[in-house]
Amino acid sequence: MSMTPFRYARPMALRDALADLTEHPEARVLAGGMSLLPLMKMDLAAPERLIDLGRVQELQGITETPDGIRIGAMTRHFELASDEVVGRCAPIVAQAAAHVGDPQVRHRGTIGGSLAHADPAADLPAAMLAADAVIEAASADGSRMIPAADFFVGPLVTELRPGEMLVAVRIPMLQGRRQHYEKVPHPASGYAVVGVAISLAVAGGVVQEARIGVTGVAGHAYRAHAAERALEGEGLNPGVIAKASSLAAEGEEILGDAVYASAEYRRHLLQVTLSRALQRVS
Amino acid sequence: MPEQVSTTAVVLTVNGETHTESLPANMLLSEYLRDHLHLTGTHVGCDTSQCGACTVLVDGLSVKSCTVLAVSLDESRIETVEGLAGPDGLHPLQAAFRARHALQCGFCTPGVLMTAAGLLRESPRPSPTEIRAGLDGILCRCTGYENIVAAVGEAAAAIGEAM
Repeated sequence: MSMTPFRYARPMALRDALADLTEHPEARVLAGGMSLLPLMKMDLAAPERLIDLGRVQELQGITETPDGIRIGAMTRHFELASDEVVGRCAPIVAQAAAHVGDPQVRHRGTIGGSLAHADPAADLPAAMLAADAVIEAASADGSRMIPAADFFVGPLVTELRPGEMLVAVRIPMLQGRRQHYEKVPHPASGYAVVGVAISLAVAGGVVQEARIGVTGVAGHAYRAHAAERALEGEGLNPGVIAKASSLAAEGEEILGDAVYASAEYRRHLLQVTLSRALQRVS
Repeated sequence: MPEQVSTTAVVLTVNGETHTESLPANMLLSEYLRDHLHLTGTHVGCDTSQCGACTVLVDGLSVKSCTVLAVSLDESRIETVEGLAGPDGLHPLQAAFRARHALQCGFCTPGVLMTAAGLLRESPRPSPTEIRAGLDGILCRCTGYENIVAAVGEAAAAIGEAM
């Protein structure tokens, strides 16, 4: 399957990549290519120019910061899944990364690419929401921080502006929180039919703060605020879990498809999946 | 639409041999291996990064060559099924696949072998569960996978004994 020709840039420095994107606003940024290249092969995307970020050193690496970790946009899924720092400080991120695609996809795919692509059934967006992650976006004019809760706005649509690219993800220290990612994968594609990421601060048997990220069921990953509120101030007992789970779709338009999962099925599966996740950490 | 395709200079090491190339940016790694180097052991099945028949190793990691641009692999070390057997004959994985009848039509086999080769480097003594998880990215329509899983386990044991 041949791809339509395109122009190709492979900058060595972030500054050069951002300048290229400013000069060519129609260009697409290439990270691991696990979403963009299939779209191009199927002629669903035909960018005139690709800016390959594979050599940009500033986008690599995972570092500990005073209040958490910073993950470079070009960090690959297999690195996230196996990295000692991520496993210690943000296990929910490592766990979700291990669910992405298959080994070959995890060897190429990146956190920046996955989040910027914003597939409504991708795993990492749910983990970002549960982790209270902050997306670091940069353009030639400077950088800005976008809370994950504001980042995903529609199917394949994010808060990133033209000329901007995702350069890193900042995750607050989550050590000590009860975390879990529960996923029901589509049997053929492996994408989430439903995916629920939870991160709970629990003290004295009482949930102090709850974060629930949901993927796969709506036009974009979202935080289940009503379910979070139902948990906060309560113990993780069966009644509270049932109540919170019943609120997982509150205020959201749940999508259905004719082939595999109707909206009604997904809504039910979401409730079951959140309930399983909460039982897992209770 | 660009009127002419520009090329990009890359240095690629394939099965230990270094190639200095000037390639069109839209050339996939699978196209480079098969059409340019005539290494047709790498098979293209679905061509949509589902089936894994085109899997090769890039810097020791399994990737689907139908979904990687050759030009993005500058200075990388690529291993294909042609490089698997050593001077002493079949690689332990190949020998185990033969002994265990882990193939029928053989179309997916190059990709399965390279996926398994990458798995054994990351995890030299995988459990059957780890083998199944490691082979998640390949599809085989003949074998039902049982013999493949057994062969990979047997090869891991053989490599362990030889060391």
